[in-house]
Amino acid sequence: MSTLSERILGAAAGDYVDAEVDRAYVHDGTGVLTLEAWKEMGCPGPAHPERLYILFDHIVPANNSTTATLQKELREFARSRGIHFSDIGGGVCHQIMGEGEVLPGEIVVGADSHSCTLGAFGAFATGVGATDMAAVWASGTTWFRVPETIAVRLSGSFNSAVEAKDLALTVVSKLGMDGASYRALEYIGEGTKSLSMEGRLTMTNLATEAGAKTGLFYADDVTRAYLLQFGHRVENQVPEPCTYACEVRIDLGDLVPVVAPPPRVDSARPVASLEGLPLDQVFVGTCTNGRFEDLQRFASIVRDKKVIVRTIVIPSSAGVLRKAADTGVLSTIVASGCTIGTPGCGPCLGAHMGVIGEGEVCLSTANRNFTNRMGIGGSVYLASVATAAASALKGVLTVPEVNHAP
Amino acid sequence: MHLEGNVVCLGADIDTDVIIAGRYLRTKDRQVWVEHVFEDLDPSLGARLRGSVLVAGRNFGCGSSREQAAVALKEAGLIAVIAPSFSRIFFRNAINVGLPVVEGECHCASGDHVVIDLDEGVVICGGARTPVRPLSARMQEILRAGGLVPLWRSKKQ
Ligand code: SF4
Repeated sequence: MSTLSERILGAAAGDYVDAEVDRAYVHDGTGVLTLEAWKEMGCPGPAHPERLYILFDHIVPANNSTTATLQKELREFARSRGIHFSDIGGGVCHQIMGEGEVLPGEIVVGADSHSCTLGAFGAFATGVGATDMAAVWASGTTWFRVPETIAVRLSGSFNSAVEAKDLALTVVSKLGMDGASYRALEYIGEGTKSLSMEGRLTMTNLATEAGAKTGLFYADDVTRAYLLQFGHRVENQVPEPCTYACEVRIDLGDLVPVVAPPPRVDSARPVASLEGLPLDQVFVGTCTNGRFEDLQRFASIVRDKKVIVRTIVIPSSAGVLRKAADTGVLSTIVASGCTIGTPGCGPCLGAHMGVIGEGEVCLSTANRNFTNRMGIGGSVYLASVATAAASALKGVLTVPEVNHAP
Repeated sequence: MHLEGNVVCLGADIDTDVIIAGRYLRTKDRQVWVEHVFEDLDPSLGARLRGSVLVAGRNFGCGSSREQAAVALKEAGLIAVIAPSFSRIFFRNAINVGLPVVEGECHCASGDHVVIDLDEGVVICGGARTPVRPLSARMQEILRAGGLVPLWRSKKQ
């Protein structure tokens, strides 16, 4: 009788295991250090290039010649070694891995803290550093301490205007920034059924903000239908009775739209309590909330209206951008006065394409609001797509009124 | 392993953005990270790290997985970090780059002299001996080699 993490890793919580890695990915940021460490280790070719991915998303297209030169080396390495490669504009690494790459039951590591996102497919997915990743390149394996698991039991369904992001921020605020340290989060209960695959990815994306090693959903009918689009037929994962370290219960019907003021992600409070906060920029995108469903919800709120604060919308992948273009979602967003960026991380990490100035306030759909994250002296408030859309139309933090989900 | 140094105290939830900001990551030049370590928290702190032991609050190294955070601290000459808990990626990164990280409560003030005995799993400060969580045999092996890269190289020979 095991938790999903125990089942996938094949050992009990607390045990150390050496595991074969099914998929391992780096981005243009962490890839540079990984390649350095790998070269220093002096190994022959990567053990299993077909399991490795190099995905450019952090600073795309390159912002200066230093970045461009670092990217050039990594690009040439990927191509010469037969490693899966996605160039500028392909999208955020976690999103690309979630477009039919990662499958239930797999062991996945990414050289990025939000690699836990892929746990939404019932995989064991977690972030590692560059040197750990270099060892994975060299050997195809890594070690884990099998985590204990905290159950997040969901019941009920969302009220209008509430979405997965509000739930994710609420879970982080209940647990605290280190409330799930070294542990896994498993989202269980009837309430999971009403969460779309995209909503689940938003949930698992924020697991790391509570310190968790990963966040997991059991693969079910929703997972199966989503992966079928990419040609994969997968089995459901049936939960077994198991021992959880503790359990957090949430009735989705009790939730309200929330905002997390800086500098902590566990600071969620009702949007209503800060309504009217003046904004300098709204940013919709990232590995948290840049998926098609997010853009569609945003478009449904701003349709035939104009945003009155500068608003940047960045699709999380080329696939999302294409779908938004094909369905008219993109033209609705452009017509409302928003700026569209290259699929990727955009200004999320404060490097380019929408960095904020001193004293400025950005309302963002991302996952981090740390000091100076999006620009020195600027403040980042985190919220849902619906809150971002309603606020972009008013220029101040605004409670979204109704659920505009199609 | 026996380590010692003068204490520099920090608060809880020190994130990796604060250790080294995202704007300094686009380089392989370690000196850049050393120059800007903790810049957004306290620009004078970086110069005080050489030969020091950081004694921090809970959840040290949370946030981004950037290994540059651990490398910056190591290259700045820091001896070790002691904290009641670490973010798991930072913890692994630190061991992998050869920076000792010690999980435990240590009640001391900035300027105190602290001794860490990793084999015994104890921290000694102002005469008080505080037990700390022992590192696994694998982690100790990596630290003794000076990091995971040197360990791999030595194993190949
Ligand atoms: S979108 Fe932001 S949080 Fe996500 S991988 Fe990119 S920088 Fe990290």
